[in-house]
Amino acid sequence: MKKLRKIAAWLLVTVFAMVLMADFLAPASYETQFRESPSASPSQGHPLGTDELGRDRLSRLLHGSRISLLLAPAAAFLTALVAGLVGGVAGYLGGRLERMAMGLTDLFLSLPWFFLLITVRATLPLNVSPLVSVLITFALLGLLGWAASARVVCAGARALRNADFILQARACGCPRARLLLRHVLPNLRPVLLAQFWISIPVFILGEANLGLLGLGVSEPLPSWGNLLRGLESFSTLGFNPSILAPLALLVVVVSCFQLILSREDLPS
Amino acid sequence: MSRLRTACILLAYFCLSASTGVAQSGGELRFCLRSEPKTLHPLQVADESSETIRYLTGGVLIRVNRLTQELVPELAASWKVQHGGRSISFKLREGVSFSDGTPFTAEDVAFTIRALMDPQLHSPTGDSFRSGKGTPRTVLSGSHKITIIFPAPVAGLDRLFDQVAILSSKSPRKEQAVAGPFFVAEHKPGAFLLLRRNTHYWKRDAAGRRLPYLDSIRLDIQSNRDIEMLRFRRGEIHLINSLDVEYFDRLAGESDSWVRDSGPSLDSEQMWFNQVLSAPLPAHKKAWFRSKEFRRAVSSAINREDISRVVFNGRARPATGPVSPANKFWFNQKLQPHGHNPQEALRRLVQQGFRFDGTVMRDREGHPVEFSVITNAGNKSRERMAAMIQQDLAQVGIRLNIVTLDFPSLIERITRTFDYEACLLGLVNVDLDPNAQMNVWLSSASNHQWNPNQKSPETAWEAEIDRLVQAQASASDPKKRKAYFDKVQEIVWEEAPFLYLVNKNALSAVSPAVANITPVVLRPQTYWNIEQIHLSAQRSASQP
Repeated sequence: MKKLRKIAAWLLVTVFAMVLMADFLAPASYETQFRESPSASPSQGHPLGTDELGRDRLSRLLHGSRISLLLAPAAAFLTALVAGLVGGVAGYLGGRLERMAMGLTDLFLSLPWFFLLITVRATLPLNVSPLVSVLITFALLGLLGWAASARVVCAGARALRNADFILQARACGCPRARLLLRHVLPNLRPVLLAQFWISIPVFILGEANLGLLGLGVSEPLPSWGNLLRGLESFSTLGFNPSILAPLALLVVVVSCFQLILSREDLPS
Repeated sequence: MSRLRTACILLAYFCLSASTGVAQSGGELRFCLRSEPKTLHPLQVADESSETIRYLTGGVLIRVNRLTQELVPELAASWKVQHGGRSISFKLREGVSFSDGTPFTAEDVAFTIRALMDPQLHSPTGDSFRSGKGTPRTVLSGSHKITIIFPAPVAGLDRLFDQVAILSSKSPRKEQAVAGPFFVAEHKPGAFLLLRRNTHYWKRDAAGRRLPYLDSIRLDIQSNRDIEMLRFRRGEIHLINSLDVEYFDRLAGESDSWVRDSGPSLDSEQMWFNQVLSAPLPAHKKAWFRSKEFRRAVSSAINREDISRVVFNGRARPATGPVSPANKFWFNQKLQPHGHNPQEALRRLVQQGFRFDGTVMRDREGHPVEFSVITNAGNKSRERMAAMIQQDLAQVGIRLNIVTLDFPSLIERITRTFDYEACLLGLVNVDLDPNAQMNVWLSSASNHQWNPNQKSPETAWEAEIDRLVQAQASASDPKKRKAYFDKVQEIVWEEAPFLYLVNKNALSAVSPAVANITPVVLRPQTYWNIEQIHLSAQRSASQP
């Protein structure tokens, strides 16, 4: 198991290093359209072939991975932070505050996010650069995805509230803030970490789905989301299996994230 | 010996009938409707599926031949347009019956016209005939002669009758009694419609055999295009009337004999700039968008040939203007599509005081030239076209931001709030006559997309277009009308309020089991000659 975790860690480091060096490794610019060779099969010049507009698939994969691998964890971190704050405090303090916080969470969970996101996008300014559009997309995902995680964190905090060591600390006169920061939050770490890791692929796929609604990353910037849209035409796989590359990379990265989590870190 | 001879003769007869095409073999043609027909009443048709049913079941006085684009007599043996399009006289075909056996007479035509123009019915088909205040009058001269008099001249009057399915005034089955080749025998909402052969149909083939050849048509309601493709591949359906280029190429890859490319269709893809004066845009951008030179420069920077080749895999042609070359009569042959010429684009912009430093184009006041284009999310070909235009414009230092929006938000922006800079959309054209485009070209119209609902034309060229489209609408001589609309096309080409990008080809899929089929560019592309279509017995056995 240890060996497997080491391999996973190395794989992740390699993937991160590759995407950070995308500018040097990519055979071409991710936006250059080689219009004479659209939808080309893999070749020396284009190791993964080209997309429908003749753009180099490998270059787009490297740059798209950079965006998704940096921004999806950032959005997941935002979610975990809000979930930890709302769920942790509500679960630990309990009573009316917990009921109010969970009521708010339920309200968030019951809102039709699909339509709300459409409305949000419709009200955003149109003239934004692709980079700003990608930041808006992931920020929206991060800010709107905390509710389910908050419920899990709240349940964990509630369980801790009555734990023996908390009672003992309280009996020793430990102040409430210190109790929360030094005893409760560290013990919620596995739950928060699990929510963080789970959120990453969810946000990557969420961004892909939003792309279909016009909320995703705008052209010409690539992301795993809009690269995965290539799989919509499943029957074209026979012509060029290299369009599976973003999916394969997504599976590898998410699996590696799961493997490097220690068993103790995972919630029971 | 005589028994043997009889057996030989019979055998020869069967062999012969099996080998000579079997037009008389009947059979059931199957294809899909993309949605449930909203109505089966032929005068209330407003959607494509209902239109299909009307086409297959309705008997009309005059039909536009989809192949030649000429008018041909149907239930009317002859007709004459009089008083500059104010009245039309028909001599009706005799000995014709509706599907329930009720005879067809001039009374039925009068009844249909009354129903068509009845304000209570709100017939979308009837709207085309509303030329002035008042209702049309019908004058019957015998049982098979009728004159319809309208309150004011109607442009292209005879062509409009292609859409009017005649109802029976006497049949107890009301609009279910039809004079077309088929009638609706069964309808399971959400699942299918079964049309059966009208045994009273009046047409006969050259050999005197009663048409149509087919016994029935089964129309399955299927909105999912992937499933439609799968069913076609399995041989469960015989036709796909309209195909996207992606599906077309996929089928062509499997068998060339399944697909038909009928050439450029009437549909176009275009981009336009928001020229509404009250739009919430910075003043300098409004000035760009209202400048002809700016619009022409952007048009010159766009490589339409590349868009046709890359996005549509060569199954589209660079578009010239509001009329597609597929429209044989109305297309202005003198015009050519705006060519791709970045140098010309730069020259036009520099003439207007723009400066290009090699990477960024700036206007006279130093604003970098940057604008956004909105298009509907999920439409891959439009997203790809936008990405190609983005790269084309980058070559002349213009930065284009692409925004894909859900359709309701997009419509809200282009029709109500006018909070957009440029828009990329397509126009589906079903009518050959330019009168159908009146609501686009009149400056006061709501569909005058770049600057709708003007109280009076804001520019001289829009005033001229208003004058010309009104003149062509009130003229009855087709040549005069054509001359007027040619001029409209020239002004639109010169001023470029719409940057016409491509005319997509009409693509369809046809099973080899179907005979006598000749797909065309006009709707309905594949089954326009439905009476003549039949299934080939030999081929249906080996169908994919």
